[in-house]
Amino acid sequence: MGPLIPNGIISMEWDSIIAIFIGICFGFVLESSGFSSSRKLAGVFYGYDFAVLKVFFTAAAVSVIGIYYMDYLGYLDVSQLYVHPTYLWGAIVGGIIMGVGFVAGGFCPGTSLCAVAIGKLDAWIYVLGIMVGVFIFSELYSFFEPIYDGDFLGNITLMDSFNWNPYWIIFGFSIIAVVAFAVSDMVRKRVKKIFY
Amino acid sequence: MKTDNKTNSHVYWNPYFGGFLLGIIIIFTFYLTGRGLGASGAMKSSVVAIVDEVAPTHAENNAYYSKFISEEDTPMNTWLVFEALGVLIGAFISGGLAGRIRWRVQHSPKITSKRRLVFALGGGIMFGLGAQIARGCTSGAALSGMAVLSTGGFITMLAIFGSAYAFAYFFRKNWI
Repeated sequence: MGPLIPNGIISMEWDSIIAIFIGICFGFVLESSGFSSSRKLAGVFYGYDFAVLKVFFTAAAVSVIGIYYMDYLGYLDVSQLYVHPTYLWGAIVGGIIMGVGFVAGGFCPGTSLCAVAIGKLDAWIYVLGIMVGVFIFSELYSFFEPIYDGDFLGNITLMDSFNWNPYWIIFGFSIIAVVAFAVSDMVRKRVKKIFY
Repeated sequence: MKTDNKTNSHVYWNPYFGGFLLGIIIIFTFYLTGRGLGASGAMKSSVVAIVDEVAPTHAENNAYYSKFISEEDTPMNTWLVFEALGVLIGAFISGGLAGRIRWRVQHSPKITSKRRLVFALGGGIMFGLGAQIARGCTSGAALSGMAVLSTGGFITMLAIFGSAYAFAYFFRKNWI
């Protein structure tokens, strides 16, 4: 019964080794999907390349279906998984700031690491920028603390928030993803091609 | 389009194939560790470690750094730092196999390298700041949050993409 490490089926000593192994897979897949190119990533915001949307939503749909299917089959206990906590205004304001950073810099942290690995100097500068951003946040922590710690709603899921059945949420999410893929292909045909 | 890796190093995987494999990795990560992936966490640990090295008393007195500092261990000894090292290795292997490794600044032909680097620095600062406020980036909060249907994960995802689309107009010269 998973998760394996928290339940002691694999010992804690393997934790860091598994971390590196998972990281290698993660980095390999991101780079092979073209996420080390800021111009490809930014394409999603201008309609000339929807790789971000397709990879991101396919990954989200596959993972949520897989996790709940493994729960259904009894291999994995969903209630033991770490649920990202919801701090309402932190999530909204932080997300808005990250969105501006995304479209200005052309990377998010994970993709910038991939670009760092293949020698993109703009990504090195971007990672430096992230560290400066973390530094600014930490130094001004007392100023940001109300929003960082405010409006804590707990480690809630959509089932807690809306009282929906998880299987219907996943079904609806998958439908939205497929519709989004179809729409993105239609949009891309109308937008001027850009080579990079 | 008949191109292969020998003539064009910018041929990437089919996005659905990449997304499918990424989804499998996320399932595997939750199955093994009970947690999701992350990326900005490693950079936060690096900043904490640097500040703790340069100015230990300042780090201990700061309410944010001190959350991540313990007496017996370095702030770098976290799961996310090892995972980020793996990301670097994995991307290096993939880029190496496809012939994409070289030092360069990638930017639209309409802008200068300097402009690209200035915007990369500014974008990085914004992303670093936002990722701390939201307690995670696109990997840690949005993608891993959505995998377990976390409400916060969905809100963060909507906020990131919504704001990026809203502000895309102002940065269009950099990209198109």
